Amino acid sequence: MKRLLFIIQKEFIQIFRNKAILPLITVVPILQLILLSYAASNEVKKVNLAIVDQDVSSYSRRLVNKIRMSDRFGIIDARYAESQVVGLMEKGEVDIILQFPSKFETDFHKGKEVSLRIEVNAINGQGATIGFSYLNSIIQSFNQEIQGEVKILPVKMLQGGIDIEHSYWYNSELNFQHFMVPGILGELVTILVMLLTAMNVVREREVGTIEQINVTPIKNWQFILGKMVPFLVIGMLLMTVGLIAGKLIFDVPMRGNLALVFAFCAVNITAVLGLGLFISNLVDTQQQAMFVAFFFVIIFILMSGLFTPIESMPEWAQYLTLPNPIAHFVEVMRKVLLKGSDFADIVLNFRATVILSIIFNALAVMSYRKVD
Amino acid sequence: MKFSLNWSALISKSYPMFKIFVAFVKKEFYHILRDRRTLVILFGIPIALVLIFGYTVTNEFKGASIAIFDRAHDELSQEYILHLQASGHFEIVDNTYSYEEIEESFKSGEVKMTVVIPPDFGKDFYRGENPKLQLLADASEPNYASTLINYASQMTRQFQLEKMGNQQRPFQIGIESRMIYNPRLESAYNFIPGVVALILMLISAMMTSLTIAREKELGTMDLLLVSPLPPLIIILGKVTPYIILSFLNAVMVLAMGYFVFDVPIYGNVILLLILCILYLSTALALGVLISTRSQTQQAAMMGSLFSLLMPTMLLSGFLFPISSMPRLLQIISNVIPATYFIEILKGVMLKGVGMSVIWFPSMILLLMTLFFLAIAWKNFNVISK
Amino acid sequence: MKTTTAIEIKDLTKKFGDFTAVNAINLKVSKGEIFGFLGANGAGKTTAIRMLTGLSMPSSGEANIAGFDVYKQRESIKENIGYMSQKFSLYGDLSIRQNIRFYGGIYGLSRKEIRAKTEQILEELQLEEYADKVVEELPLGWKQRLAFAVSNVHDPAIVFLDEPTGGVDPVTRRQFWEMIYESAAKGVTIFVTTHYMDEAEYCDRICIMVAGKIEALGTPQELKQRFDTDNMDEVFLKLVRTN
Repeated sequence: MKRLLFIIQKEFIQIFRNKAILPLITVVPILQLILLSYAASNEVKKVNLAIVDQDVSSYSRRLVNKIRMSDRFGIIDARYAESQVVGLMEKGEVDIILQFPSKFETDFHKGKEVSLRIEVNAINGQGATIGFSYLNSIIQSFNQEIQGEVKILPVKMLQGGIDIEHSYWYNSELNFQHFMVPGILGELVTILVMLLTAMNVVREREVGTIEQINVTPIKNWQFILGKMVPFLVIGMLLMTVGLIAGKLIFDVPMRGNLALVFAFCAVNITAVLGLGLFISNLVDTQQQAMFVAFFFVIIFILMSGLFTPIESMPEWAQYLTLPNPIAHFVEVMRKVLLKGSDFADIVLNFRATVILSIIFNALAVMSYRKVD
Repeated sequence: MKFSLNWSALISKSYPMFKIFVAFVKKEFYHILRDRRTLVILFGIPIALVLIFGYTVTNEFKGASIAIFDRAHDELSQEYILHLQASGHFEIVDNTYSYEEIEESFKSGEVKMTVVIPPDFGKDFYRGENPKLQLLADASEPNYASTLINYASQMTRQFQLEKMGNQQRPFQIGIESRMIYNPRLESAYNFIPGVVALILMLISAMMTSLTIAREKELGTMDLLLVSPLPPLIIILGKVTPYIILSFLNAVMVLAMGYFVFDVPIYGNVILLLILCILYLSTALALGVLISTRSQTQQAAMMGSLFSLLMPTMLLSGFLFPISSMPRLLQIISNVIPATYFIEILKGVMLKGVGMSVIWFPSMILLLMTLFFLAIAWKNFNVISK
Repeated sequence: MKTTTAIEIKDLTKKFGDFTAVNAINLKVSKGEIFGFLGANGAGKTTAIRMLTGLSMPSSGEANIAGFDVYKQRESIKENIGYMSQKFSLYGDLSIRQNIRFYGGIYGLSRKEIRAKTEQILEELQLEEYADKVVEELPLGWKQRLAFAVSNVHDPAIVFLDEPTGGVDPVTRRQFWEMIYESAAKGVTIFVTTHYMDEAEYCDRICIMVAGKIEALGTPQELKQRFDTDNMDEVFLKLVRTN
C-alpha cells in the first residue's frame, strides 16, 4: 500500500511539471465549456425572411409588421415581384420567402379561399421545420385577429373547441444552455481523462522507463492503480470547477443531490480510465494512442445523446449506447441537475457504468504485461 | 503566386528535379501504406462518421414516450387517445393516476410528456364548453419538449376538426408551403457536406502537420534540408500523398452520400471536384503553417485539434446553425475555411448553382490559401536560414 | 544465504517461434564477483539478461537468482536485484531527489531509509547542489552514474547492468567502473553486459556469447592464453570468425 503512494506522488509531480499538459487540464476545458455551451445550440433564433408583396394592402402591411415585432425574424428584403428575390435563397441569404398574392385582402373579405405562399430553404431539415412553424403560428394568430374583425362569422364556429394549455416543466423558459452545460461538462471530463491516460503508459514505454519499473517488485494492480488515482483526482477537480463555472456563468439549476453527481462521476471516470489504460497498453506509440482514443471519443460523443436525443435513434443504435460511458454520464448529469432525480431514477445508469468499469479495468490490468 | 511560378520554372528547367520529386513522393507513399493502423483510421473514420450521422444522429422523432392521465374515462377521451396513438409519433408507455406520478416518471426519464385529459371531457366538448386539455412536457431537453408539444397541439386540433365534421371553415388563410432543395427534409442533405469539410480538414491539415513535425522530432528533417533538394520540393513531396489520400476520401464520402443516402449532386461535378481541391490546398497550407510552428508531434496534434478540428466541427454551421450563435462566435465563424466550403458544397450539390453564385466564398478560400502559404513560407525561411 | 553462489543457470533457453535466441546456456556466478557478459549485437545478451531479471519467461531450462527460482519466485527475485538498462531509465522530468525517493519508495524503503539513502547517494556522486535539478538537464555521464546508484538504492544482492556505459566518454567510464568496484567490494554481485573489450579486462570472469550459445568462459587471463593473444579484441574476433 505504501508503495502505491510513491507511484501516485510521482505521477502528480510529472503532471504538474509538464508544460503542455497543465493548460490542458485547467484553462482549456473551462474555455471549451463556455464556448461549446454557447455554440452548441440547435435553437433556431434568427430566421432570415424575404417578402414578396403583390397585394400591398393594409392586411399585408399588418402581417409584415407583426412578423417584424417577433424577434425571431429578420426581414432581409421586401419586394413587389417574385423575380426580385429569387437569387437571395441561392446565395443562402434568406431562409424563407413569404409571398402575398394580389387581391389577398379583397378576396379574404369576400370569403374566398385565399392562401399565402411560403418557400423554405430546407437543406437543414430541422431548422426549416422550426422556422416554418414559427411563421405559421404568427400567421394563425393574425388569422384569428382578422376573423374577429369579420362580423358575419357563423355563431356555430365559436363553440366546441378544445382549449390546449401547455407547460414546460423544469425549464419553463426553454433555456438551451441549461440543457447543454451539464452534458458538455460530463463529456469534457470524460474526453480529457481518456486522452491523458491513453497516452500515459505508452509514453513510459516509448521513453524506456517502463523496463525499470518492470524489474521492481511492484504488482500490476499497484502500477495501474497508481496511474489511475491522480487522473481520478484531476477529473473530480475539473468537475467541481466546471459545476461552479456553470452556476456562475450560466446559472444552471442544481436541483438534485450533488453528492450523487460526484459519486457517479467517480465511477464513470474509473471506467474511462480503465479504457484509456487499456488502449495505452495495446499501442506502440503516443501517436497511435492519440488516434485510437480520438476515434472512440468521436463515436462516443456523437452517439451519446449530447447533441441529438437517444430516443430518436433507431432501436439497434440505442442498444449501442449501453457500453458508452459518455451517454450515461450526460444522462445522469441532466437528470440529477435539472430534474432533481434521485438514486432510484439513475440506478440503471449506475449499474451499467459499474459493470463497464469492472470490464475496462480488468482488461487494463490483464493487458499490462510485465513478462513476455 | 510566387509559389506556383517557382514550381513550374523548376519543372521546365530541370527535368531531373521532377524525377527526384516523383521518387520522393513514392517514398512517402510507402511510409503511409506501411503503417496499417494509421491507414485503417484514415479510411475508417470517414466511413464511421458518415454511417453514424446517416443512421443515428437525428432529431426526427417517432414513438416518443408519453403518458396519459385520463380523468374523464369517457368515449371521447378513448377516441382521443387512439387518435394520438395512431399517428406513430407517440408511444403511450404509462397511464398515470395522479400529478405526483407525473413528476416521478419525468425524473426517471421514462416519460417525456404527459397529456392530462380533464374530467367531463366529452360532455363539455359536445356542449361547447371548451374543455381544457393540459400538455405537460419535461423541458429539461427544450427542443424535444417544444417539438412534442407542437405535434400534440396539431394533432389535437386535427382531432377537434374531425369531431366537428370536416366542414370547410370560411375566412381561413390557407398556406401553400414548399420545402425547397430538400423536399423530404432528409438530414443527410445537411451532414454530407459537413462531413466532407471535416474529413478533408482532418486528414490534410492534421496529417501533414503531424508528419512534418515527426521528421523534425526525429531529426530527419535536418537530413533532408542539407540534401541538394530545394526545400519546396521536400515540402511538396511530403504533402502530395496526403493530397491524393484526402481527395480519395472526399470522393468516397460524396459517393456514399449519393449511393447510400440519396444526396443528389445537381451542379457540375467537375466544378465540385475542382473546388474540393481548392479547399484541400487551404487545409494543407494550414497544416504546413502549424508544422512550421510546432517542434513536437504532441504540440502539432494539440495545435491542429484545437485550432482546426474543434472550430470546423462547431463553428462552421455543420452541427449548429451559425445564426443562432452569439455575435462573437458568428464573427469567428467568418475566418473558418469550412464555413465557406460548406456554403460552396451546398450550393453546387443541392442548389445546382455555378460560379456566378459561389464566386465569393471561392475567392475567400483562394485568398486564405495564399495568405497561409505566405506566412508558412516566411516561417520556413526563418528556420532554414 | 549460506551458499556462495549468486547466479546459477542450467540449460536456459528462449525461443521466439522458430528462432532460438538463447540456446541452452550454463553459468555459475559467485557472490561478490564482477561477471562480464560479452557478445556481438544480436548474440542474445539482452534476451538472457531479461530472463534473469524476470522480464521474460524462459522457454526451458533452470535458473536460480540470489537463491530464488526464476519460474516460481519471481517477486522475491525482484526484491533482491537491481537493474540498469541500455536505455536511460530514470524519469527525465523528475529531479534527482524525486527519482531516488520514487525508486526507494517502490522498493518498500521507509521514509527514514530513503532520506538517508538520498544523502548518501548525493554525497558519493557529489551532486548535492543539483539535488533539485530535473534529471533531463544533467550531462549523460552524470545520468549514468545516478542511474547506477538508483539501481542500488535497496541494497540488492545482485545488480544487472545492460550495456551501462554506451555513448559515454572514457573518463566517465573509469569513474563508472570505480563505482562498480566499490559495490563489489561490499559483496554485491555485478552482472554486466558490454561490447567494450577494454571493459572486459576489468571483470573477474567473462563469458562470450555467439549466436545464442556461450562459446568461452573464464578469467580474461585464461581466455587470452587459450586464444594465444594479449588483448581481448583478438579473442573476440577469433571466436566470432570461427563460428
